[in-house]
Amino acid sequence: MGEIYDVIIVGGGPAGLAAAYSAWQNGAGSILVLERDREPGGILQQCIHNGFGLHHFKEELTGPGYAQRCYDLVKDKPEISIMVDTMVLAVRPDKTVCAVSPERGRMELQGKTIVLTMGCRERTRGAIRIPGERPAGVYTAGAAQRMVNMEGYLPGHKIVILGSGDIGLIMARRMTLEGCKVQGVFEICPFSNGLTRNLVQCLDDYGIPLYLSHTITQIQGKERVTGITAARVDEHMCPVPGTDFAVDCDTVLLSVGLIPENELSRSLGIELHPLTNGPVVDQHRATSLPGIFAAGNVVHVHDLVDFVSDEAAIAGKYAALTAAGKLAAAERTLPVVTGNAVRTCVPQRLRLTDEGESVRLFMRVTKPIRRVKLVIRSGGNLILSKNLLAAKPSEMIAVDLPAGKTVGLQDDLVVAIDEEE
Amino acid sequence: MKSEKRTLHCICCPLGCEITASLEDGQVVAVCGNSCPRGEKYAREELTAPQRMLTMTVRILQGKLPLLPVVSARALPKERISDCARALRRITAKAPVRAGDVIVPDLLGLGVDILASRDMDHI
Amino acid sequence: MDREADVVVIGGGITGTAILAELARYDLHCVLVEKEPDIAAGTTKANSAVLHAGFDAPQGSMKARMNVAGNRLYHELQEQLDLDIQWTGSLVVATDAAEEAVLHELLARGQANGVPDLAIWDGKKVHEQEPNLSLQIRAALWAPTAGICWPFGLAIAFAENAVQNGAEILRECEVTGIRTEAGKITAVETTAGLIRTRWVVNAGGVEADRVSQWAGDVSFSIQPRKGEYVLFDKTAQPDLVKGVIFPTPSRTSKGILVCATTHGNVFVGPNAQNIEDREDTAVTAAGMAEILSGARKLVPKIPMGAAITEFAGIRAVSSTGDFVLGFSKNVDGLVQAAGIQSPGLTSAPAIARYIAGLLVKASKAALRADYQAGRPAHPTLRTLTPDGQEKLIAGDSRYGRVICRCETITEGEIVDAIHRPCGARTVDGVKRRTRAGMGRCQGGFCGPRIVQILARELKIPVSSVRKETRASYMYYDKDEMSGGNA
Repeated sequence: MGEIYDVIIVGGGPAGLAAAYSAWQNGAGSILVLERDREPGGILQQCIHNGFGLHHFKEELTGPGYAQRCYDLVKDKPEISIMVDTMVLAVRPDKTVCAVSPERGRMELQGKTIVLTMGCRERTRGAIRIPGERPAGVYTAGAAQRMVNMEGYLPGHKIVILGSGDIGLIMARRMTLEGCKVQGVFEICPFSNGLTRNLVQCLDDYGIPLYLSHTITQIQGKERVTGITAARVDEHMCPVPGTDFAVDCDTVLLSVGLIPENELSRSLGIELHPLTNGPVVDQHRATSLPGIFAAGNVVHVHDLVDFVSDEAAIAGKYAALTAAGKLAAAERTLPVVTGNAVRTCVPQRLRLTDEGESVRLFMRVTKPIRRVKLVIRSGGNLILSKNLLAAKPSEMIAVDLPAGKTVGLQDDLVVAIDEEE
Repeated sequence: MKSEKRTLHCICCPLGCEITASLEDGQVVAVCGNSCPRGEKYAREELTAPQRMLTMTVRILQGKLPLLPVVSARALPKERISDCARALRRITAKAPVRAGDVIVPDLLGLGVDILASRDMDHI
Repeated sequence: MDREADVVVIGGGITGTAILAELARYDLHCVLVEKEPDIAAGTTKANSAVLHAGFDAPQGSMKARMNVAGNRLYHELQEQLDLDIQWTGSLVVATDAAEEAVLHELLARGQANGVPDLAIWDGKKVHEQEPNLSLQIRAALWAPTAGICWPFGLAIAFAENAVQNGAEILRECEVTGIRTEAGKITAVETTAGLIRTRWVVNAGGVEADRVSQWAGDVSFSIQPRKGEYVLFDKTAQPDLVKGVIFPTPSRTSKGILVCATTHGNVFVGPNAQNIEDREDTAVTAAGMAEILSGARKLVPKIPMGAAITEFAGIRAVSSTGDFVLGFSKNVDGLVQAAGIQSPGLTSAPAIARYIAGLLVKASKAALRADYQAGRPAHPTLRTLTPDGQEKLIAGDSRYGRVICRCETITEGEIVDAIHRPCGARTVDGVKRRTRAGMGRCQGGFCGPRIVQILARELKIPVSSVRKETRASYMYYDKDEMSGGNA
């Protein structure tokens, strides 16, 4: 089997590259990044718009620019190898990895630790069961984005977008700048799932209508899409009879959610969380299997790549420390539990020593709320509270728990939104 | 004197602050709701001379990939964004380029360069 | 330029391709014409993928005879043609005494039809075999000879075997008329020119009555009947069901079933709706609701959130109530293989033998001396041992580049799918031959890359690559736009 790597990283997107850099900074002597695409950088390479990096690099970068920064940090380090065009077929609990590439054939690799950074994939038409024919012209927004931004082709000329997540909004502007007509963005929720700035600069700037509480009830066209029928939905998200109207288009782009890509984790037998669809992790991003870490969109879908990088840096660091045997054993494990109006919280558990440790918690709320208090309690004691001007499901909330606050904790941490003024 | 209040959403960062600007005779006299100085600057600009960054792709010859992502060195007048995009659709660059290289100087005479967003090696 | 043939087979579905493969054993020049860019693109691609045991059809019917014989033939052909079939067995389940009585009728009918090893199971045994079935179920008819298959894979295998033995398959070749002289067939008119022939086999599926009318035989008509399906991701609930689960049938339909696929997914469907438009394969909200509610009666834990695709197929229901097989009584040289609804997939090899037998007798054709059984091998990375994987990639490095990550399909497999006999020309054609794009991301990642591989291998522009049908173009050149709309 040859060399034993301190850290093997599955996926060379922003999470994988940040994990590699952090593992290197923390003393790992041999780090291997396995990337399936033709170059590192992951999905950022097709996200040509700007707005990335304000937190992590303290300046505003494009997606490829952010990827470039991440890559520049790791590319000339002798301790870090990156294999591109390499697909991981299996990761096993003994931390062996089976991968294939055209250049190297089939490889069996051994790591002391593994970091899973496979990212996420898009929900499809099938997952949301849009009725109608199955013509050409229905694409996930990301697939269309790759064709437009990296390969030089257009998915069509007259576009309807389903879903107001950021990718959908970004693609609305992108298609407009490429000379296409975007007929509208349809969102089944009564609120947008994208960032406000994207509503302004991607839709409002170009006069593209956003239909909230609307969905596509039919796709028409036998060979190529010829149009859709849209309708308003009621509070149960069911189409309201009589509200349907036809929209002329040749293309439907779907931006209807992202799902962590956990097929490898699942076959590895890692504990997955039913709501995040990602591995259950502690504050070091250690999964339920010893020596196997996970970070980035594979753990939970982020809205900012900056937080992906931060999270992956944590995973890389603790993978390196674990590989070197330098990680102090935890004294106790506390579950982090979600309370009122909090849908998910990562990490899902804290493994603490007596010294305590500063921890950043990432959460998503269940519904849009304004002027509320986020509270963290343990055994009935208030540990921390933070006033929030507004919270939306589409925007992840980050809260720092200082080390001092984690000392002596004995009971589950409960993270909740206090809605009483 | 004509007074009015305008509400807008800041696009400077993902927070997307809701900003209220007070105008008198078309001049911004007060801004509130922003959580940082960039928000005030944005509101003043947005109500007088709105500007936007532009990101596009251009074709690239002999590059590892067929397209090169590019970005404006700074914001462009909002009303010229479509013209700029149209102009960039006709541009072809040549590999190799480094991130930050000027691909189109002074686009449409607006005084803003168009830069490569990333490295693109020769094939 | 006119072509010459001994036999023209109209229609490239499971029936047409199976007949072509059977005819290719003989010294006959056979040409199959298919109007779409690929074979197996009609009813063959959207059905229940079940190889029925043969207890449904009434004794003495062509359906019963062909079903039982076809099932037996697939057991024989599976290895030779490398067919993707699993003999899982099927259960028809009953929830009350009336339904149980029907099971006994089916048992008797099956035994009369010659179906082997049928048995009635009690509820306990049913739940031992399929623990996720509804507790309302109190008995079932067990048919061990039933199976599940990769339906288009069967048609593709027949086609490859036929082409390997000299048969011709013309795709994007639509029949526009059939010429007769004095009631005797002389030629088939197509969009690709005239094909002079003595015999025409009508395997036109939902269009078979029109084909027959062109030749002058109006003895039957086809009622298109639509059935909708929902397919679930394989990771959703492994082993939800092991095989085929039917409800107790009604007078008109076998009902909404829950079924495993040969690749570990589960699907549910179909409903049954008579329609006017023969090309109406739209799925409907009402239809999906109907099949999901039907399926939940059998398996309460249907993993709703894990749906990956929905589709609908059209079944060709004959006005005669049975398959229409054999020489036309009105037109000399016309052979009918029409009205092939369920159990058509199962019956195909038997129908093929029956039809070929008639033609061989009429033409007095001899067996080909150089006939080759089987078809070319198509290696797949995911099914090989570690050693085998190493050798495969060493031999052709493209087998080391995974394009479809959900199903682990390599570039080598996709290139092979394009260049093999009767190879893929469309994105869906690649999907039917390799499974690329069939997984949970439904081509989200691999779609663009498959389009580019097709363009490269077929030496056509990306903008000419199609999804499935003749004008189903997928992507446009950017330049085209800036010329037009800028």
